Amino acid sequence: MEISRHWRLKKQRYSLVGEVCPHCQKKIFPPRDICPDCREDARTLYQFSGRGEVYSYTKVYQAPSGYEEHVPYTVALVKLEEGPMLTAQLTDLGDELVEVGMPVEMVTRKLRSDGEKGMLVYSYKFRPRFKEAAR
Amino acid sequence: MTMIQDAKTPKDVHVIGVGMTPVGEHWEKSLRELALDAITALQADGVWVRPQALYVANMLAPYLSGQTQLAALLADFAGLRGIEAITIEAAGASGGAAARQAYLAITSGVIDVALIVGVEKVTERTRAELEAALSTSSDADHEAVHGITPTAQAALLMRRYLHEHNVPDDAFAGFSLNAHANAATNPQAIFRRAIQVENYLNAPMVSEPVNLFDAAPLADGAATLLMARSDALPEALPYPPVRVAASSIVSNTVALHDRSDPLLLDSVVESTAQALQQAGLNLGDIDLFELHDRYSIFAALSLEAAGFAARGEGWRLAHDGIIAKDGDIPICTFGGSKARGDTGGATGVYQLAEITLQLQGRAGENQVQDAKIGMAQCLAASGATAATHIFSREDGP
Repeated sequence: MEISRHWRLKKQRYSLVGEVCPHCQKKIFPPRDICPDCREDARTLYQFSGRGEVYSYTKVYQAPSGYEEHVPYTVALVKLEEGPMLTAQLTDLGDELVEVGMPVEMVTRKLRSDGEKGMLVYSYKFRPRFKEAAR
Repeated sequence: MTMIQDAKTPKDVHVIGVGMTPVGEHWEKSLRELALDAITALQADGVWVRPQALYVANMLAPYLSGQTQLAALLADFAGLRGIEAITIEAAGASGGAAARQAYLAITSGVIDVALIVGVEKVTERTRAELEAALSTSSDADHEAVHGITPTAQAALLMRRYLHEHNVPDDAFAGFSLNAHANAATNPQAIFRRAIQVENYLNAPMVSEPVNLFDAAPLADGAATLLMARSDALPEALPYPPVRVAASSIVSNTVALHDRSDPLLLDSVVESTAQALQQAGLNLGDIDLFELHDRYSIFAALSLEAAGFAARGEGWRLAHDGIIAKDGDIPICTFGGSKARGDTGGATGVYQLAEITLQLQGRAGENQVQDAKIGMAQCLAASGATAATHIFSREDGP
């Protein structure tokens, strides 16, 4: 069931908390303690806004075990506005057509359930974001 | 063309034998039986010297067959009980990685003769279980958990590529056309029929925009190489030994989203450059390139990152037939992953065995004329590891 693994990742999955490197100011997600750019210690927590855009996307029809229930689902590479890119499912699409460059925002959704009596895994997903109209 | 000096220095490493099973659904063969078939094929190839070490390339046995310690198991099963034996895992780059370890052991002088066996059985479980096993090569905490699969990742890359570059609808067709054409005369291939561009254009989508012909079939198979150092070569060799002119492994980010530019395969850039430098060669000296074509997008990106084509132009080499057997940069000369078939961690060993046959003039109808220098490269997942080898023919140009 991997309860401890998912528990460890709560802050990232539910709140999109990463790090900012105190040396080179690079925003880091997910947190990794050593800055991938300047390789110095980077443990300062940073709260991402949740806003980003779709770098690329595709629909999964042939899913791995544990995910077949929700086929087809859309996975994407999302570039957060602060810089880092992450992998996530897109959600709340309705009839909306996905496009490269589409603005999205983070929400917390159920990712999978490990069987009837298994634990529920929640994580970030991204839904279409409508830019505020000029007033 | 650079004259490559194949002088036998004492530390040089040579391939003195190859063996392969056909790639297919080998329901009647277990993992160990499949591996033994390939070893038997190598022994029948003409040269057999008892190796001091066995390097096994495999990625899926722990998940699909419940088997770790594959090298010890195969050593025992093949009548080599007691020799030094370890399993090398680097996802899709396992084959090249195992060859690298054999090369290092032999050139160091510690091991004289090494056997490399790549083996994979993918047909043991359901498709969903296979996808889950394949997804372990991505970042478990930040990629796989979101339901991503290798096919989906190829689709993400291909879609972005189409977004950034203006390419025609049949841009990637040339890769599968070439692969199938070459596999038609390879008795070991899983698919042995040429296809037409209409087949490609009408193919159903697997994970848009990756269609059925953009994705290689994954099946069972085993391939072997026997490597020995210059001063440990057997007296009578039926074929000219092939020298390992270069051997390189480079790692990169596992997660595709951690790359600064996902369309630039940094590991390929670095590993290819290292290999060319080791061998003292230029790109133009390469007579054939067995590249990573698990998905057509990776073939295009590999050609670009290796330097054969500019960014956004890799597809053109396929489109214009430059990758054909008689073209300037032959690739997938026996069908590649697309038509000879992909065997996961064993693919890299098939590539090296095929290069060896080419350089020894034993490729039959698949022969690339005057093949003297061949490069083989296999990648893990979306490019987290690149293992590159350059082989050269013993008797030179």
